[in-house]
Amino acid sequence: MGSFKLGRMTMRSLLGKPATAMYPVVPPVYFERTKGHVENDIETCILCSICEKKCPSQAIVVDKPAKSWTIDPFRCVQCNACVIACPKQCLTMVNTYTAPATSKSTLTVTKAEAAS
Amino acid sequence: MGKRTIIPFGPQHPVLPEPVHLDLVLEDEIVVAAIPQIGFVHRGLEKLVEKRDYNQFMYVAERICGICSFGHSLGYAQTIEALMDVEIPKRAEYLRVIWHELSRIHSHLLWLGLVADGFGYESLFMHTWRLRERVLDIFEKTTGGRVIFSACTVGGVVHDIENSELSGIVAVLDGLASEYAELSGAFLKDTSVNNRLVGVGVLTKEQAYDLSAVGPFGRASGLPYDIRSIGYGGYADLANFVPVTSPAGDSYARCEVRVKEVLASIEIIKELVAKIPAGEIAVAVKGAPAAGSQVVSRLEQPRGEAFYYAKGNGTKFLDRFRVRTPTSINIPGMVTALAGCQLADVPMIVLTIDPCISCTER
Ligand code: SF4
Ligand code: SF4
Repeated sequence: MGSFKLGRMTMRSLLGKPATAMYPVVPPVYFERTKGHVENDIETCILCSICEKKCPSQAIVVDKPAKSWTIDPFRCVQCNACVIACPKQCLTMVNTYTAPATSKSTLTVTKAEAAS
Repeated sequence: MGKRTIIPFGPQHPVLPEPVHLDLVLEDEIVVAAIPQIGFVHRGLEKLVEKRDYNQFMYVAERICGICSFGHSLGYAQTIEALMDVEIPKRAEYLRVIWHELSRIHSHLLWLGLVADGFGYESLFMHTWRLRERVLDIFEKTTGGRVIFSACTVGGVVHDIENSELSGIVAVLDGLASEYAELSGAFLKDTSVNNRLVGVGVLTKEQAYDLSAVGPFGRASGLPYDIRSIGYGGYADLANFVPVTSPAGDSYARCEVRVKEVLASIEIIKELVAKIPAGEIAVAVKGAPAAGSQVVSRLEQPRGEAFYYAKGNGTKFLDRFRVRTPTSINIPGMVTALAGCQLADVPMIVLTIDPCISCTER
């Protein structure tokens, strides 16, 4: 009897639309809160290093003299601790993932005044 | 007496992805004894409390297990809150329980899928995991993560769930429950499933009691122990909580307990959604655990009772943190249930304790 019920369910799956998204033809849907990657609006950042201290995986390095903020996306575990801790709210957890890569690299953003 | 042979089983096994090794002592096809060995994936993350402060360790604690990740963050948060005498807002307690019960649903659905896969019923496995996906979507929508949520902090929770979204969750669970009713029929009534489960790997109530079996494993032997019934956190406000038990003690009973616990969890979530108070979701926690303070706390994980111990030293770093996960306490019971079974049933019986060796080794 149980099998028969499951047979009905399987028939519904066969005839209905697929349960999974047809990636990559159909792009994935991310939710608003999906934890993809961290971005810094460096012009608002005051280089206070709080995010660096809060990060449990030491993914962030703030270099005050060089006015730069560096994140190692391969160390980051998307825990949101830095985003919550930042006093200027310049960090955002963006809901898309970083592109796949063949080698590890870090990402540095530098204040415009320092770069010029 | 037949000739005795010793057959090694695991730590790599096609049916069982868990790194547990068993030396099976066989007489013909019958297992007379099983000698377990773990220690293949030791991570030593308890030692990390010395290097990460108590707030940062939250993110380490939730990585103890990939399936009960929320449960471990909740257990850790409860322990530290008890250590520092923090009382968290009611709404946070409710939200924690809602996420925790959703984790139980997803964990049990995962297990039911694995067990279906274990006895070779592929379509049942696929359907179970298809349903589980809806729960994972709820997680991603409400916390941003499918597996690791980082939703708990010491003092409360990070994200609120709007009341409208909570009703949305109940609607999803209602839809899930109706399809789940069809699925559970296959688990509980199908002859081919029953042939693999009924009377296999029996653990009597006395044995379960003596060996301190916990969780669905113990409850399937008729032990009515469930830490949720002591009413910690939001569980205190449930009108009526009765642990799901089954008397038979065989693999079928373990399956039955988990099948019914999914429905019980859906009921708990519905009740809490109806009762959830408005208000804050976290309190600010300042300072550090006092020197010499110690706390023990317990929690019902999907696999059974987990036990946490923490000791403060006056700084932001803990002196000691210790977790005892349900699997480690269930291993003696599993070995007992294995004695006398057929060799072909070994992977099935090991699966029925829902082993999570990686979190046992932390
Ligand atoms: S916490 Fe915020 S303001 Fe401070 S360094 Fe980090 S990103 Fe900049
Ligand atoms: S999200 Fe967490 S791991 Fe990633 S940079 Fe921020 S604090 Fe570090």
